[in-house]
Amino acid sequence: MIRGKYQKLNLALVYLLLGAFIALTLFPFLMIISISFREGNLALGKILPDKISLEHWRFVLGLPYENAHGQIVQEPSVVLMWFWNSIKIAAFSSFLILLLSGSGAYAFARLRFKFRSNMLTSLMILQMFPQVLSLVAIYAILNFIGNYIPAMGLNTHPGLILVYLGGVSIYIWMIKGYFDTIPASIEESAMIDGASTFQTFIGILLPMSLPIFAVVFILSFISFIGEYPVASVCLVQTKQWTLAVGANSFLYDQNYLWGRFAATAVLSGIPITVVFMLCQRFLVSGLTSGGVKG
Amino acid sequence: MNIRKLVPNLIYTLVVAALLYVDIRIFLSGHDVLGFSLLLLVALGAFVYAWKGAYAYRYLFPSLMAFGVFVLLPLIYTVYIAFTNYSAVNLLTFHEAQKYFQRETQVTVGQSYQFKLYPLAEKTESDPSFRLMLQGAPAGTNLTAQTFLTGSFVLPPVNELQLEVRAAAVADTNALPKETPLAMRDIIKLREPLKKLRVILPDESQVAMIGMTSFAPSVPVWVLDEADNTFSNRLSGEIIRPDFKTGFYLTRQGQRIGPGFRVTIGFKNFLKIIEDESIRGPFATIFVWTVMFALLSVLLTFALGFLLAVLLEWKALRGRRLLRSLLILPYAVPAFISILIFKGLFNPQFGEINTILFSLFGIRPEWTTDPFLARSMILIVNLWLGYPYMMILCTGILQSVPSDIYEASAIDGGGPVSDLFKMTLPLILPPLKPLLIASFAFNFNNFLLIFLLTNGAPQIVGAQSVVGYTDILVTYTFNLAFRDSGSNFGFASAIASIIFIIVSILSYINLKAATRKDEQRA
Repeated sequence: MIRGKYQKLNLALVYLLLGAFIALTLFPFLMIISISFREGNLALGKILPDKISLEHWRFVLGLPYENAHGQIVQEPSVVLMWFWNSIKIAAFSSFLILLLSGSGAYAFARLRFKFRSNMLTSLMILQMFPQVLSLVAIYAILNFIGNYIPAMGLNTHPGLILVYLGGVSIYIWMIKGYFDTIPASIEESAMIDGASTFQTFIGILLPMSLPIFAVVFILSFISFIGEYPVASVCLVQTKQWTLAVGANSFLYDQNYLWGRFAATAVLSGIPITVVFMLCQRFLVSGLTSGGVKG
Repeated sequence: MNIRKLVPNLIYTLVVAALLYVDIRIFLSGHDVLGFSLLLLVALGAFVYAWKGAYAYRYLFPSLMAFGVFVLLPLIYTVYIAFTNYSAVNLLTFHEAQKYFQRETQVTVGQSYQFKLYPLAEKTESDPSFRLMLQGAPAGTNLTAQTFLTGSFVLPPVNELQLEVRAAAVADTNALPKETPLAMRDIIKLREPLKKLRVILPDESQVAMIGMTSFAPSVPVWVLDEADNTFSNRLSGEIIRPDFKTGFYLTRQGQRIGPGFRVTIGFKNFLKIIEDESIRGPFATIFVWTVMFALLSVLLTFALGFLLAVLLEWKALRGRRLLRSLLILPYAVPAFISILIFKGLFNPQFGEINTILFSLFGIRPEWTTDPFLARSMILIVNLWLGYPYMMILCTGILQSVPSDIYEASAIDGGGPVSDLFKMTLPLILPPLKPLLIASFAFNFNNFLLIFLLTNGAPQIVGAQSVVGYTDILVTYTFNLAFRDSGSNFGFASAIASIIFIIVSILSYINLKAATRKDEQRA
């Protein structure tokens, strides 16, 4: 009896602590939602605005709104454009990453060739260097490519996607790890029946590995959406920017647009967050196998 | 040949042909070494996909290429730049610097052409295009016409040195553009880019702008002596020779004539870190803070994540799935959004955090100007961003801890706290070790957090370049190359190379730890 009472007290205490902690954790999100409905960009508002203004929401959605001087303005939404850019770039890059890392992982997991283990180790070690550090070189390479293939040079989306493909090796490791858990015996028996290596890869191994491909696609998609430094250096024109580059531009010291940023953050944060939460269970397995979200 | 073989063969031929076409253009533009390297790569690729013996490499080739071109090559190039003086002052290659001097022209006074600038309406506002009309009496030249008109061109951007445009003679004034020429006040606005124009007349002579209304012939200033790469001044006869130690052309008196060019300078960039007082101090500050930041981030996020994971394992707790989802939320939101939200909330003047602190306690902490507070802010934000990851990791590993050991401990009289530190922690730490090292390496290079949240602020006073108390090595390097006015690519690359070495040691240790884990499992 005494023990039970003790436990109840403990339980209440834990609930209280966790509740307080979660409230503290969610505070920034609640704040940013409230700020997005606040009037003006700098106004020191109350935590709960007493007058709801849709000015920032109308701005990010490209609807006509009344600006600080009382004029009605309507311009095409840059935010939606950046969002679309981000999604386009992340989707293409992730798809190509799947193709590259899937076939690469197959070679490492199933085929025998020279330098196999050396290559795997080097891929792992070299991948730890962040691309930020070699941006000078990446800039020069893109510039060079752009001289001959203008559609893939600086300030183009295909150019940025090319650079992102360099991040393939961490996904090779993830997929290879999954392939290793699938016994090769089915493929071997198919080969005895006359299937080619390529046929066993496409027809047997790939269908069995769909979960890891989903994980890799979502993880790489999220990491490309959030990538800032390479995109900020490679994309010059406002129209070409990704969401990460654009969102930061609202908080430049000389042009601080807090309300605009808040609406942008809520608008773009919600879909990505929802996708992540829906796929959460899938993703956890991928995360624990070595991926650190950037 | 059946269709199943035809399609791959067709793709193969098309890809090889397209790459060869690009390669020929590279050769034609004078990049022999690069053209040759690409040719080798194309040959290698063609060989891999044609020869049965290289079958395994067919699966690998695309990913290895992507990795090679955008990770490995930049890495090698960065290490190479670390040994050069590449910077805003020594921006050009020697070849380009030589071209610059050859192109440098002097305007001769005497004859001049009046000009008119026609804006062309069809282009967008962002890069308007123009046509230029010159009119004048070219006495003493072999030009017969009086009026010349250029094709349409876009004015050169700020970073361009000059733009050459050809002009053709116009016999009939009806052939002139119908647009109204720009007024004087618009010409004045455009004078900087206009000065970069070199109009080449039909007799190959050049003219350049000399005033708001006129252009005049310009002649090259320097004459190249091919034998020893020196230049002599056409007017004064002065001789300048390239100095490959400093990367400048020098006069006989040793005076530098710009622009500089890139040369290798050995270990100078690395020695600067030790020898130069105004670099050594800030560098040490940043280095210590980087290590401290990465270490504290791992420790704090792990401590909190571990605690929450253990709490959530408690079976008596109701609604654990909901609690877990709520706790993971900070991890689900894209990091750049959360970081920028915190940047605004922590703003000392109009941030909501200070508004609340002021109404509760009457304080307004200077989050961005006080080094200690700025660093604390970064750790708080990183704790918020990072604990869910640690919680996920710990939850995963806690599943494999057998529950009967706790029963045994309860019989022996162990309390929950001693269980936590004497049993749970020692059990889950070994399998977590490689992941903790990876997390350390990640935070060591956590560019996004620092760059978006503070970008290094507050500034360190007296440092040679833009550098702040919250800068970590990666943001320091990035700012040296891309934000500092000196664009010090050489020095930035030297620091990048040092980070490469540190990170490769870390990842080697990590790999050792990970393989040992596998061996233990086996």
